Amino acid sequence: MTEFTPFSSLFGGALIGLAAVLLMLFHGRIAGISGIISGILPPWVNKDELGWRIAFVIGLVLAPVFYQTLTGQSIKHVVSNDLGIMISAGLIVGLGVGLGSGCTSGHGVCGIPRLSMRSIIATITFMSFGIMTVYIIRHVIGG
Amino acid sequence: MMKIVFGLLSGLLFGFGLVVSGMSNPAKVLNFLDVFGTFDPSLIFVMGGAIIVVFIGYKLVLKRNTPIFNDAFQIPTRKDIDKRLLLGAGLFGIGWGIGGFCPGPAVTALLMGSEGILYFFPSLLIGLWASRVLKPKN
Repeated sequence: MTEFTPFSSLFGGALIGLAAVLLMLFHGRIAGISGIISGILPPWVNKDELGWRIAFVIGLVLAPVFYQTLTGQSIKHVVSNDLGIMISAGLIVGLGVGLGSGCTSGHGVCGIPRLSMRSIIATITFMSFGIMTVYIIRHVIGG
Repeated sequence: MMKIVFGLLSGLLFGFGLVVSGMSNPAKVLNFLDVFGTFDPSLIFVMGGAIIVVFIGYKLVLKRNTPIFNDAFQIPTRKDIDKRLLLGAGLFGIGWGIGGFCPGPAVTALLMGSEGILYFFPSLLIGLWASRVLKPKN
């Protein structure tokens, strides 16, 4: 069980949205994490974009450290440490977001408010497949 | 230089939002996806908060002719629903359901000390890289 947190989740979501708006205001770019990471991997199509992308990723990596320093609170973090599960999950997510041109941030956070049909369909698709996968793992195989 | 500084600040704020919202915890994400079990609807509120802010914010920002540090806005223009989009989104959903990580929270997890992220993150990069080989430029 995890605790239902409507207020902190709404507030945290608004911060995520604000970060996406600032990236559009200053850089004119969509805050899609898979696109940003993909742009850092060689071969580089556009080297001018490399600097801010690396800086953005460093910001993401450091955010939990800052949070803990500022608030003094620990961050709940429960992850499977199963080698096979995490390697297959990583490969499938990487392949999927690459082929599908985006993930929860690019399609969900940035695409839905633009009323992009591709992003709306993509978000419905990955959420449905995520729900089906967890159902099979927890209630069919594990049940 | 300013592009780098503001890129870093956007990333920090984005990551802060992921932590505050609880989405940096894969267990919370998996419970959102577990609609018929230990359902935790928090992720809907995260999406809702983000979508409202981006909806209003993009409308305001895109009234400008250009962004502050670049010559032009880069907004996707494709409208076709092709097989790659559906296959990719479907695969992403499956991988998300297996590990509980999507790309953003996987990055914020890098210094959070779990063993799982050490397996997940390099695999994510390999998968992303492989998708480029499979996906012709368009």
